Amino acid sequence: MNPSRISQLFARCRAENQPALIAYITAGDPSLERTVSLVEAMELGGADLIELGVPFSDPIADGPVIMRATERALAHGASLAGVLEVARKIRERSQIPILLFSYLNPLLRYGFDRLAQDAAAAGIDGILMTDASVEEAGKFVPVVRAAGLDTVFLAAPTSPMERLKQVAAYSSGFVYLVSRTGVTGVRDQLAGSAAELVERMRTVTDLPLAVGFGIAKAADAAAVAKIADGVVVGSAFVRIIEESAGSLEMESRLEAFTRELKAGARAGRA
Amino acid sequence: MITTSQPDSGGHFGPYGGRFVPEVLMNPLEELEQAYYAARRDPTFQAELADLLKDYAGRPTPLYYAKRLSQTLGGAKIYIKREDLLHTGAHKINNALGQILLARRMGKKRIIAETGAGQHGVATATVCALFGMECVIYMGEEDMRRQRLNVFRMRLLGATVTGVTSGSRTLKDAISEAMRDWVTNVGDTHYLLGSALGSHPYPLMVRDFHSCMGAEAREQILAKEGRLPDQVIACVGGGSNAIGIFHAFVPDTAVKLVGVEAGGRSLAPGEHAARFAGGSPGVLQGCFSYVLQNGDGQISLTHSVSAGLDYAMIGPEHAFLADQGRAEYVPCSDADALEAAQTLARTEGLIPALESAHGVAEALRRAPAAKGEIFIVNLSGRGDKDIDIYRENLKELDEPESN
Repeated sequence: MNPSRISQLFARCRAENQPALIAYITAGDPSLERTVSLVEAMELGGADLIELGVPFSDPIADGPVIMRATERALAHGASLAGVLEVARKIRERSQIPILLFSYLNPLLRYGFDRLAQDAAAAGIDGILMTDASVEEAGKFVPVVRAAGLDTVFLAAPTSPMERLKQVAAYSSGFVYLVSRTGVTGVRDQLAGSAAELVERMRTVTDLPLAVGFGIAKAADAAAVAKIADGVVVGSAFVRIIEESAGSLEMESRLEAFTRELKAGARAGRA
Repeated sequence: MITTSQPDSGGHFGPYGGRFVPEVLMNPLEELEQAYYAARRDPTFQAELADLLKDYAGRPTPLYYAKRLSQTLGGAKIYIKREDLLHTGAHKINNALGQILLARRMGKKRIIAETGAGQHGVATATVCALFGMECVIYMGEEDMRRQRLNVFRMRLLGATVTGVTSGSRTLKDAISEAMRDWVTNVGDTHYLLGSALGSHPYPLMVRDFHSCMGAEAREQILAKEGRLPDQVIACVGGGSNAIGIFHAFVPDTAVKLVGVEAGGRSLAPGEHAARFAGGSPGVLQGCFSYVLQNGDGQISLTHSVSAGLDYAMIGPEHAFLADQGRAEYVPCSDADALEAAQTLARTEGLIPALESAHGVAEALRRAPAAKGEIFIVNLSGRGDKDIDIYRENLKELDEPESN
């Protein structure tokens, strides 16, 4: 099997000594059609990988910004089938890696066999399940991998070494490190726990490591780029979408903000 | 029939239960599990809990023969397990006392909890006052409106009550908010979950702390009647009072176990909280069990006149008992629950909590055709907290000229 788009991205980034900028967006906010053009704007601004969030009615790991985005998306009828359609439209014009980012229940309801096939056909490159531990989601990994998709799991500052080893064993493409305890959302300061977690994770895996949660500005991106292969930004993007609701400038604002973050991340490696 | 009531090492009852949480919470849940298993084996812990249950909460509670009610119905002999007599007015204090001892043992300084009807919130606020711990209760704004008395009781006990405005503003949304708090403050905070729900070890631990109800009832009925009951009936929201009274009877396969879910206004989607009448297995708030959801896997809104039963998922051990055919689950409408509450009030002088009234209603329905049988109904709470809802729904009793 050829290396996945996700693996190719991180290989290229490592070769060029550049950090990857990973951008999260809640699909369907403000509408599924608009998500396609918002992703295009983030790509133009320099995003290297898109996390396409599947809206779920009870997002226990999310803070207010993504909760509100989820409510807007569901109110406009977003569903997993619709999100797959968004991925297909993005893939028609772009080779940017796409990671499906979802709570488990919509995936279970859709059915994992069917999901793995349909996601691969839509051009999705991997799946991350927010509320599925390796213990519970492990059984889904073979079927997802068999369809040629990566499986990305979360590691947290509260995970002891034994759990970090498990997370690494079940992950492919990269590992997503949660910078601090808490829900998603913007914070004033990047947690010191991130560096320690990166260090511990490095001792158990060679997979690329991306750090997320609470990264909202260029300086944060720079700090993370110093220690990790990838910088994940979520709520800060979603907040721009919320603030420019109904405006034609949504795409241009998103593109400009992405550019700022990318410059920050690159400066971290300079 | 396999009816093992000990989950596997991952906390599964058959396929149900487990741990479906963000990675941040996995190790805290493992630590909680280890601490709980150690406490369960520790005679000092068990002795302290037993003392508190006896001298502070008021256990054992009586098993009362409802003679007038039974004679009026002309069928089964109905016994009532009087959890309504416990301190704070409902069974919830059993679990709150158990978990606060565990939290203290684990060195936690701060307690958070969700509440629907407010009974678990009051029980939690009570034990926090007793042990001098900081207490934050999450409660949906809709529930704060319909259970105002309990909101005031929690505040009087020194707890902070935080209103939740997301979703349907009821129990489910309160649990999500409590989980968000826990994921953020997991170092010094214990989440004192109030039902036999959520991730392992909660369903097991909450059931164990409530299993005193069934153990007492089993001994009491043997003493009074010289035999086991034919049916044990309890209402089921998340399912803590039901699993607590069922547990001791699970091996007694001749005893029918009957769980009563909220049938609401009708069994149309969004109008009820009867998970076995329209639900299917899924994941919500850390647990795999029967849940009300739509075709896209989004969790459905629910309705019940009773805030404590108004929840989209049923506890995993109930899902297992249902699959095994060991327990049966039936819905009871808002109207039937209100009617049953009046009947119990007028024949026995007992005003039940609206939740418990659902169980009473099912007993009333079954009793006339069950001559010679013995029923035990769990009266899980008293109705004082529900007086405003009774007044709204029984307007004819609230007229100035009525008497």
